[in-house]
Amino acid sequence: MVNKVIQIVDRRLNGKNKSAVNRQKFIHRFRSQIKKAVADAINKRGVTDLDKGEKVSIPAKDTSEPFFHHGEGGYRERIHPGNKEFQQGDKIARPEESSGRGNEASNSGEGQDEFIFELTREEFLNFFFEDLELPNLVKTRLAAINETKKVRAGHTSDGIPSNINVIRSLRNALGRRIALRAPYYDSLIEAEKQLEELLKHYDETDTVVIMLQKEIEQLKAKIARVPFIDTFDLRYDNRVDRPKPVTQAVMFCIMDISGSMGTDEKDIAKRFFMLLYLFLVKTYEKIQVIFISHHTEAHEVDEETFFYSRETGGTVVSSALNLMSTIIQQRFPTSQWNIYAAQASDGDNWDNDSRECTKIMSEKIMPYMQYYAYIEITGDTNKNLWQEYLTLKDQWKNFAMQRIETLTDIYPVFRKLFEKKNA
Amino acid sequence: MNNKLLSETSEWTFELIEKYHKEIARIAGNFGLDTYPVQLEIITAEQMMDAYASIGMPIVYSHWSFGKEFVRNEARYKKGQMGLAYEIVINSNPCIAYLMEENTMTMQALVIAHAAYGHNSFFKNNYLFTTWTSADSIIDYLLFAKNYIAQCEERYGETQVEEILDSCHALRNFGVDRYKRPSRLSMQEEQARQKVREEYLQSQINELWRTIPAKEVLSKAKNDWQFPKEPQENILYFIEKNAPFLEPWQREIVRIVRRIAQYFYPQRQTQVMNEGWATFWHYTLLNQLYAEGLVTDGFMIEFLQSHTNVIHQPAFDSKYYSGINPYALGFAMMTDIRRICENPTDEDRHWFPDIAGSDWNKTLHFAMQNFKDESFIGQYLSPKVIRDFKLFSILDDYNESEIAVTSIHNERGYQYIRQVLSEQYNLGSNEPNIQVYDVDRKGDRTLTLRHMQYHGMPLDKSINEVLKHVVRLWGFDVQLETVSEANSIIHIFECKH
Repeated sequence: MVNKVIQIVDRRLNGKNKSAVNRQKFIHRFRSQIKKAVADAINKRGVTDLDKGEKVSIPAKDTSEPFFHHGEGGYRERIHPGNKEFQQGDKIARPEESSGRGNEASNSGEGQDEFIFELTREEFLNFFFEDLELPNLVKTRLAAINETKKVRAGHTSDGIPSNINVIRSLRNALGRRIALRAPYYDSLIEAEKQLEELLKHYDETDTVVIMLQKEIEQLKAKIARVPFIDTFDLRYDNRVDRPKPVTQAVMFCIMDISGSMGTDEKDIAKRFFMLLYLFLVKTYEKIQVIFISHHTEAHEVDEETFFYSRETGGTVVSSALNLMSTIIQQRFPTSQWNIYAAQASDGDNWDNDSRECTKIMSEKIMPYMQYYAYIEITGDTNKNLWQEYLTLKDQWKNFAMQRIETLTDIYPVFRKLFEKKNA
Repeated sequence: MNNKLLSETSEWTFELIEKYHKEIARIAGNFGLDTYPVQLEIITAEQMMDAYASIGMPIVYSHWSFGKEFVRNEARYKKGQMGLAYEIVINSNPCIAYLMEENTMTMQALVIAHAAYGHNSFFKNNYLFTTWTSADSIIDYLLFAKNYIAQCEERYGETQVEEILDSCHALRNFGVDRYKRPSRLSMQEEQARQKVREEYLQSQINELWRTIPAKEVLSKAKNDWQFPKEPQENILYFIEKNAPFLEPWQREIVRIVRRIAQYFYPQRQTQVMNEGWATFWHYTLLNQLYAEGLVTDGFMIEFLQSHTNVIHQPAFDSKYYSGINPYALGFAMMTDIRRICENPTDEDRHWFPDIAGSDWNKTLHFAMQNFKDESFIGQYLSPKVIRDFKLFSILDDYNESEIAVTSIHNERGYQYIRQVLSEQYNLGSNEPNIQVYDVDRKGDRTLTLRHMQYHGMPLDKSINEVLKHVVRLWGFDVQLETVSEANSIIHIFECKH
């Protein structure tokens, strides 16, 4: 006996994120492991490569859920399929993996010791922000997807009724009517001519004439049957999403790579640059990043060299500032570019160079800057560069500086930047 | 062109699903399949992943482990390592089967036949399911559980709840009654009862621990004092009823995990049968559709291709081998029972005198109703299936340097292989046998669990982690004794509070 009552329920519109809560719980539980994975990922990523999710792998033993089960030892008898040449009583060397039990064959390349999953972009950024102690408002702004604006972009053959473009649709209809009726019109004119000819010799009641008249009737009917408007005549106004910001910016990263800057310092500096970049990405459509590293001389370098090369010797900060000034003059006219700069240093400089720096900054750099952020990664106060820069801070509103020992100190240097409603 | 065809393209529509369902239901009825009413739910791939993560339950309380399942599957699915199974079916009344929107009409028809008629009739008629699960109230109960646990999170904090759930999950395979039948309750009753139970239980426990034993009792032999009187196999049940310091809400959570584990217990014991039965019927039903001229050749080719994949059994030395495929074995056995009934050979008459030549449908239904994997294989695994699968048995003794082939698919081996395979599906011997043995009520309230060793197999190294969870629930020290087959205690694990 079959009960034929059937119910079909369309669940597709129900929330698909039923697992979101559990996912959050999972991420919350393994916070520390994930944080470590994210920190590793940030080290591997470029400054400009922050705006996407991340594949994260954490040790499987941390995520395992223990339960009572047998371990290796004792004896077991199991049945397997596909015997080829074995006979009863054969002895075989024990295969590497104890066959048949808990056999999670991993031909995927996924190690059994690793639990791998993907963090979404939002989750990744959350972890990135976590140590930086950003105010919530700023976090939201940075994580928000760019707003877009609908702009007209020609016409499509597909759309919603309210977007129908009447003029184009009717023009198409007209063209189609002309094209489809043309052959019939030709035949009609031909036929009418013939009729005229025939009527000269024949009577109206003659079969030939009647036949021809019938044909003319048919042609007229065919012409009438070509529809006035058809679905494929329809044209719709097309609108596409376009991101709102349309301007461009250049971001200078300046870092002291003399021996005194260790890996930890560089790691802090990297996050500092990343944060500025993230801000710019939200504000400008096109961003160019210039890396300038310096010891006693300054060079424009690629990102790899910037973060990983290390030089010995002294430090002349003005060399970098001069180079930056030159680059601005040659390649980034302020009429077209918004210029931002972030400088990281441990504060060491040749004594008489610091005064030189202030001069270059006041004359050649600060007038063209949207924002200039300086961080000094050191536990030691009273470095001479700091003292000099303090005078700049009073003079220029768009200059910010901060002494940094841990990651949490980074944000204040940008405070003013993020306060602005629209940079 | 045949005008009886239900459809000719592979696109599905709601009307088509109804049309196909009507025909499949009619044919299933003709074959005598007895089912719950069917509810088909159309879902997206994402929703299917949600369903996966919640171990196939339509509603589930929240816990990080379901999130873990979800992110794992999501990563594998995105990398293309995992296709989504096209069917999940809920043992409920009405029986809920999910259809994924990406599927073609053929696949939808396959799922309807497989899940909504195959599994459905199995759920309704197999003795384990009728005895141990209540399809009428499961959805209600899951909803009750979800709400209750959410309330607890609000009231007592997420961490508290998570800790209890973690510990219960560690023991959930030991939260089932194997012999005693649980009661059927709907959500309203459950809520009403829950309050009463809370008060009553607490008073009982206080009673148990209240008395400082009188002098004369103390002098009695320990045996009289033994508690529990008989070893208890349902560890979670024992904890729920007897753990001294659990709060009432914590007891209720223990109970929830235990009851859900009980609900899934029959499924764990009938994999081969359940999948074999469903596969046998989708194969039979869809072939009947074709025989009646309702579906096209293209439909059949697509169906057969996916059917063949489902019942593929890689050999032991294949890199895709991961044990015996329950679909393959189950389908082969069901098909073979039909063959034995319809076209018995002399061998069949010798091995299966009772069923050779009998009515196949009746015989098959009888088998479906009255067995579980272990007994089904013990009863029905035929020499032909053993030969077809080229089954052989391997004895793996850790004291020996080599493993031994103890039997192969020949005259001498059939009976032996059947017996070993049957044992292989005996949950009782796959899981360690661990029972509550004693509580030291006079002294420090240590809970003693006993592991009766089987085939000399030791417990896995993770045992200490599990014991920590037992300690958390019990609230006092816990020890576990491993008793060898020679009946002497050979190992004691201890975990202090």
